Amino acid sequence: TPAERANLAGVRHIVLVLSGKGGVGKSTLSTELALALRHAGKRVGILDVDLCGPSIPRMLRVQDSAVHQCDSGWVPVFVGQDKALALMSIGFLLERPDDAVVWRGPKKNALIKQFVTDVAWGELDFLIVDTPPGTSDEHISTVEALRPHQLLGAVLVTTPQ
Amino acid sequence: AALTAQLSLSLAECPGTGSAQAGRAAACQGCPNQGLCAAGAAGPDPAEAAELRARLRAVRHTVLVLSGKGGVGKSTFSALLAHGLAADETKQVALLDIDICGPSIPKIMGLEGEQVHQSGSGWSPVYVEENLGVMSVGFLLSSPDDAVIWRGPKKNGLIKQFLRDVDWGEVDYLIVDTPPGTSDEHLSIVQYLSATRIDGAVIVTTPQEVSLQDVRKEINFCRKVKLPIIGVVENMSGFVCPKCKNESQIFPPTTGGAEKMCQNLSVSLLGKVPLDPQIGKSCDSGQSFLAEAPESPATLSYRNIIQRIQEYCEQHHLQEEKIM
Repeated sequence: TPAERANLAGVRHIVLVLSGKGGVGKSTLSTELALALRHAGKRVGILDVDLCGPSIPRMLRVQDSAVHQCDSGWVPVFVGQDKALALMSIGFLLERPDDAVVWRGPKKNALIKQFVTDVAWGELDFLIVDTPPGTSDEHISTVEALRPHQLLGAVLVTTPQ
Repeated sequence: AALTAQLSLSLAECPGTGSAQAGRAAACQGCPNQGLCAAGAAGPDPAEAAELRARLRAVRHTVLVLSGKGGVGKSTFSALLAHGLAADETKQVALLDIDICGPSIPKIMGLEGEQVHQSGSGWSPVYVEENLGVMSVGFLLSSPDDAVIWRGPKKNGLIKQFLRDVDWGEVDYLIVDTPPGTSDEHLSIVQYLSATRIDGAVIVTTPQEVSLQDVRKEINFCRKVKLPIIGVVENMSGFVCPKCKNESQIFPPTTGGAEKMCQNLSVSLLGKVPLDPQIGKSCDSGQSFLAEAPESPATLSYRNIIQRIQEYCEQHHLQEEKIM
């Protein structure tokens, strides 16, 4: 729908960072990739769809930030003065950082859909989507929600063993 | 700030599909399952619960191996715990792998390519030793690279089958390896295993804060679902070079590591295991690291931790018997 397309309309490239395996460095790579692109003058966003173990806020030292609303939806958290790096993660929505998000699939799917359609990203060159390990609800929902948009592709992360 | 307040209610935990509050709690507002839960359709079927109880009646001790974080060594630890306990030939050990998307146990136990057989009494576990049986979705795939792309409800269904349909026989220790997170698999296993008694959970971490922040969530999950915590294992805790014997912190404990976290959260630290490249190699080749590297400091750590877990379970049992 037009409303669904709107918030991602200004995003030029969407990159998924995946792995089957946990702990191989997906979030680390997503963060470094975003920082490198920003350094190269690009406008970048990171969407963290790891709902049980959101690592990105801490990696960018914005774990104490809060999310606000605007007319077009949720305002992402900006890293740094230049606002060239925008971030959305469930980490910002927790009352306490140690709160466990103990949700079954359907509730996770609903929030991921909201993350994709309700965040007012504005104009971005790259949106990097960091995912949890596995091939389950989060992955299926993210790909489905992003389907109407220009998905550039996926980067897969592994370790040697 | 307004948004956080608005969402904080909806982020309260699911009361559980089987709870009296299912569909009725404040946290249920907006959950797509609310209607189902409120109608009582999502809870455990009493007949099913009875089936699970019957099947698990002969299980003496159950240990869950958890972490909020991926890649910290849950499966490695589960496998070594199983091997360690099965070294006593008088004990019957069962290893259940409920990581449906990323089942590592078949490879780590040297059982890749094995298939599950059915008999009159149910599914047969795959036996590594006479007293060590294993079950994993890995055994049900036609190829090891097949992706299991399932949403929560289907994963829950298979986990229930693992508990209901596998003929484990008499088991002294049931060890359950889990995927990272606090979601369907974790809620389901705790729910289904309420038919038997879970001695407790062993929580695995590595020293760095990025792991600990997920592990603290897991500890909170355990408290929420009233799952006793046997203790925490810190893997990848330092590395001693076999050549120069110099010790390095490959994953520096920038916030005090598991030790500090355990102190802060009043949880037992079962032990720290150093990095040893042989661990990864043994896992890849399906051999027991404890058997392949008996002199490694990591082996010593693992053995101490396994003993502490055994003592915890035995003591638990004695206390229960006293009460009964």
